[in-house]
Amino acid sequence: MSIRKLWDRHSHSPALFIVFFVFMALLPTLLDLGKAAGGGIAWLDMLNKIGISAALALSLNLILGQTGLFHMGHTAFFAVGAYATAILNTLYGWPVFHTLPVAGLLAALAGLAVALPIIRLRGDYLLIVTVGIVEIVRIALTNNIFDLTGGANGIYGISRPVIFGMVFNTPKLQYYLIWAFTAFSVFFFYRLEHSRFGRALCFIKADEIAAAGCGINVALCKLTAFTLGACFAGMAGTLYAANIRTIEPSSFNFYESVILFAIVILGGAGSIAGVLLGSFLLIGLQDLFRDFQSARMLFFGSAMVAMMIFRPQGLIPRQGGPKLACEIPLLPAPEQLEDASKGDVSDGKKDGGRDAFPA
Amino acid sequence: MLSLHNLHKNFGGLLAVSDVSFTVTAGMIVGLIGPNGAGKTTVFNLITGNYKPDGGEIFFCGKKISGLPTHEIVSLGIARTFQNIRLFSDMTVLENSLAGRHCRMRSGVLSALFRPPRMLREEKDAVKQALHELTYVGLETRHAQKAGNLSYGEQRLLEIARALATQPKFLILDEPAGGMNDAETESLMRLIRSIRNRGIAVLLIEHDMNLVMRLCDRLVVLEHGAMLAQGSPEEIKNNEEVIRAYLGAGD
Repeated sequence: MSIRKLWDRHSHSPALFIVFFVFMALLPTLLDLGKAAGGGIAWLDMLNKIGISAALALSLNLILGQTGLFHMGHTAFFAVGAYATAILNTLYGWPVFHTLPVAGLLAALAGLAVALPIIRLRGDYLLIVTVGIVEIVRIALTNNIFDLTGGANGIYGISRPVIFGMVFNTPKLQYYLIWAFTAFSVFFFYRLEHSRFGRALCFIKADEIAAAGCGINVALCKLTAFTLGACFAGMAGTLYAANIRTIEPSSFNFYESVILFAIVILGGAGSIAGVLLGSFLLIGLQDLFRDFQSARMLFFGSAMVAMMIFRPQGLIPRQGGPKLACEIPLLPAPEQLEDASKGDVSDGKKDGGRDAFPA
Repeated sequence: MLSLHNLHKNFGGLLAVSDVSFTVTAGMIVGLIGPNGAGKTTVFNLITGNYKPDGGEIFFCGKKISGLPTHEIVSLGIARTFQNIRLFSDMTVLENSLAGRHCRMRSGVLSALFRPPRMLREEKDAVKQALHELTYVGLETRHAQKAGNLSYGEQRLLEIARALATQPKFLILDEPAGGMNDAETESLMRLIRSIRNRGIAVLLIEHDMNLVMRLCDRLVVLEHGAMLAQGSPEEIKNNEEVIRAYLGAGD
């Protein structure tokens, strides 16, 4: 079997995700060995950033990639989660971990509130509204809304997360925490895709009217996808706040939303593997090219244009249609080749196929 | 079973459907006929909730369904096919048929995450049912093919299979024989009779008068959005007004 075929078969399989996360779990140890040999870059900080972005992009992928809602305001929900954690921790003394469900819940509520009036908008209109939402949130935060958000300076001094007395105070421990969350996100969204709900999203993305004609509650499914996506973005916000410990409104600007959007589209809309790769490329390279501030955007711009021309379906495109939780139990006939000639098709129909139903 | 009472629908001043009333009883095949633009498809869209009526009511099994959203109407047991075939053409034949099972399944987000045995059983049953309907219309050997690669007639059959997968009590077919050759049409007629014998009432729009006259138990004729006549095929065939509408008045 050629490598190409092997890749096509396994690029979205759970086995590959397991291999990937086992590798990620070993990576810090490998990096330590590398450092002993003389490496010098802050790899872990970069990987932490990638991990958070990957979790965030996975949650956007549910909305943008799987449901096909053009949502470019995902940073808004990320900000809601991050600020929920920061405020509860610094002002009310909650342990960071206890804020995780609250951050998720508040972001989900924000997502629901935003989505309710606009969920019936199509394509470009939805895009414009969601773009507006990021700006509204950022400006509200800058203007110190409710006297809680600390204005343009943001909130600092967020404490480290503690689980069972273990303090996550080094980049390495943070790394494990962040990537564990990312792994859980992959697990969750993978299972969601391979379910009745995931299939409904797939049908909605393909044709809303036909989906409704099949008895799918289109508005409710879209709303659920949007709310779930926002919820995971909020929880990613908690990890972000706990990781960098100082948050400010400028971290949640429109540019970050665009990058997230690009991760999903360039990686492969609807493809979990693609979104993971996209996060590594966009966030990782952005970090590596930090020293070439201006040339960086030129590079990204041309890379995106090239991608859209030569590989519009993304780096690791989504494969196949709606997914089942189990293997299809029985296949009564061998798979027909796509290139079966038209003549064969009509012949087969005349003799056998049609008399299947009792007259 | 299904009854329409004084249905009205305007599109920006244009009266698409005006004062249409008829009933379909269980175990019947009813044809809705009329010249192009008579408002037949609009009536279908009103029944299935794609449009909201501007006046009048629709009852299905004693329950008022006008104003309900489409997915609820489908859950109550009304399924349809589309005049301009609306299959998920990039998906396989089986996946298309599986789409129809959605409204008869219960699993939600939580069972997607935890995969209880009930959910896995439900998934397997859904595939089985979807395959069963494919076998019923005679497309089971093509289950792995993309819907878009099927011939026109087969695509119409697949739409019927997808509609049947929703376990309807009432099936609405919009020009089911469109694009079919004679042999396919004959076979389609047997299929529709067989569907009726399963206890599913059928309402169909069709321009093929040969099919309509032979197949339907009852006909409703529309012209310019209004009811022109209704009755058995024999009565309709001899109705002066219907003949005038179809052939034009002799001056």
